[in-house]
Order: sequence, then structure tokens, then C-alpha cells
Amino acid sequence: MKIIELGASVTASNDRDAEALRARLKAKGILLVNVMSAAGSGKTTLLSRIVKDMKDLRFAVLEADIASDVDALTMEQAGAKSVQVHTGGMCHMDAGMTAAAFDALESTDFDIAFLENVGNLICPAEYDTGAALKLMILSVPEGDDKPLKYPLMFAESDILVISKTDALPYFNFDVEKCISRAKKLNPGIAVFPVSAKTGAGMEALESALRTIRNSEFRNPN
Amino acid sequence: MHEMGIVLHLAKTLDETAEQEKLTKIGRVVLQVGEVSGIMTDLFTDAWNYFKGRHPVLSESELVLETIPAVTWCDNCKRTYETVKYGKECPHCGSAETWLLKGNECIIKEIEAE
Repeated sequence: MKIIELGASVTASNDRDAEALRARLKAKGILLVNVMSAAGSGKTTLLSRIVKDMKDLRFAVLEADIASDVDALTMEQAGAKSVQVHTGGMCHMDAGMTAAAFDALESTDFDIAFLENVGNLICPAEYDTGAALKLMILSVPEGDDKPLKYPLMFAESDILVISKTDALPYFNFDVEKCISRAKKLNPGIAVFPVSAKTGAGMEALESALRTIRNSEFRNPN
Repeated sequence: MHEMGIVLHLAKTLDETAEQEKLTKIGRVVLQVGEVSGIMTDLFTDAWNYFKGRHPVLSESELVLETIPAVTWCDNCKRTYETVKYGKECPHCGSAETWLLKGNECIIKEIEAE
């Protein structure tokens, strides 16, 4: 037996898969957004609102769940192409699973693809899925203390969406406090308080997504 | 289950290494696990023993886990401290302008192979 010194990260194979997928999507002009949040934060409601509002763009949604296809059906009804991925009990999506989900979509004629990650504020933050943008959602009923409890998720995300702001009158959720806690962990994070139900704040979020999509691909098709 | 996912990646990375280096059998695998990597070592070893049977090169391997202590750097007073004991707030000056220096990694240090 000989000893081989590796010094490689355990997830080195995932990091390579992620880089390969990023390059593939860039060539196709697809902005992949990794959407992460706890279960019940309103991921599907927010995404179907975006799909309905931004009718000039073509959307795909990769739905990652441990079981069922209810979210995929909702997204199809909103007008996005969708594929349901069952993670088989795994708590997060990795780059290999994300690439396989794209293959299952058959078509690649999309402007923005949302990866709706498993509902969980912990593990998805640790895995590079190949996405160009990481967006997390924190809903008002979850509480403004979550940046303190799940620091990695807030530190890793490019965009924080505070959802269900229509419920603010019923909860002790301090939006300013939440934003300052998130910015302490991640000074560059962009924050959008929204209500997908009333539409409040949606325009700012949607125009930011459009700007990122267009700057990522200077000649969109 | 989080550990299962990490074990899958570890097995894949080792399979790739075996192919590149033309290895037929991997023995001891030394893994360095950070104190705040979030990995439960008992669960991790259980998951490993289950999965190694599915990879011919790994079937006789043995996992050795070494712990890397977590250390945080304080930007305000330019000193370090033990992360697990004090968390985000610097015990020297009370600042929260602190960053994890090490302790969240999971690295394959070395493998014994033929």
C-alpha cells in the first residue's frame, strides 16, 4: 500500500459538476437561480407570481422535493415549464442532480430557470448547484431572528426576499432589524420585502431579476 | 439526511481518484472534519460503512476521522478565539465583526491505496 496525499475537499466532485453546469447554462443564455428557504415560506407562491408577472420571459422551474408533484403542477398552471425532482430523502440538491433535472426538461429555450431547493435553511447553503444566483426567502411568520440562527444561509445568498409582508400586522417581525442582521453577515446582500398575495414590492424584485438576467447575458438571444 | 449526501460525494471523489491514479484498492481514508462543519461523525461512519459496499475499490476501506478545531478571527481587535466556546461575538472586545478562519471544512487528507 502507498499513501497518497490528496488535500481535496470531500465535495470536490460536486464543485466540478457545478462549474460544468454553469458553463453549459451560460452558453445557452439561461440564468439559473437557486431558490432556498424553509418549508412553507411561500416559494411556490412567489415563483408563480413572478412567472405570471413577467410574461415576456420564458421560465423553467426545477422542483426539488422529497416526495409528490403538487408544486410542479402549480408552476405549469402559472405558465412555466417544470420538472419534479425527487431527492429520495436527501436534504439538498447538488450539481449532478440539477444537471439531470435540466436534461429531463428536454427543451433549453428559457431565459430564467428557478431551482426550487428542498425546504430547509441549513444544508442547501453548503452545496454549489451550478446556479449563477442564490436567492433565499424568509417569510414574516418565521421571525426576524433567523439570520442569527442560520448564518450560513444568509452569508451565502445574493438576494434575500422577505415574503408575506401582508402578514406584518399580525406578527412581531421587525423588518429593519432583520435587514441589519442579514447585512452584518453579508454586507452585499440585496433585500426585497414583498407580498406575492397583494403584489407589494414585487416590481422591485422583478426588475432586479431582469437586470441581472440582462447583465449576465449581454446579447439575450 | 445530510451525512448521506456527503458520503455520496466522498465515494464519488475517491472513485475518480482511483481511476486517475489507476488504483485497484483503497485502504485507510483519512478525513479532516471541522468542528463546526455540521457533520455528525457517528452518523457519517454508519453511512460510509453502508455505501462502501457499493463501490468495489472501497469495499475494504477504513475511515479515520480527524477533528479540526474551529477558530474565529476578530476584525476589530485583530485577535483569534475558539468558535465553539464563544460563537459570533469576540470574547476579547465584544465585537461581532468576526469571521470563521477554519473549522467548517471536510477534507480528504490522505488515502492508503494500491
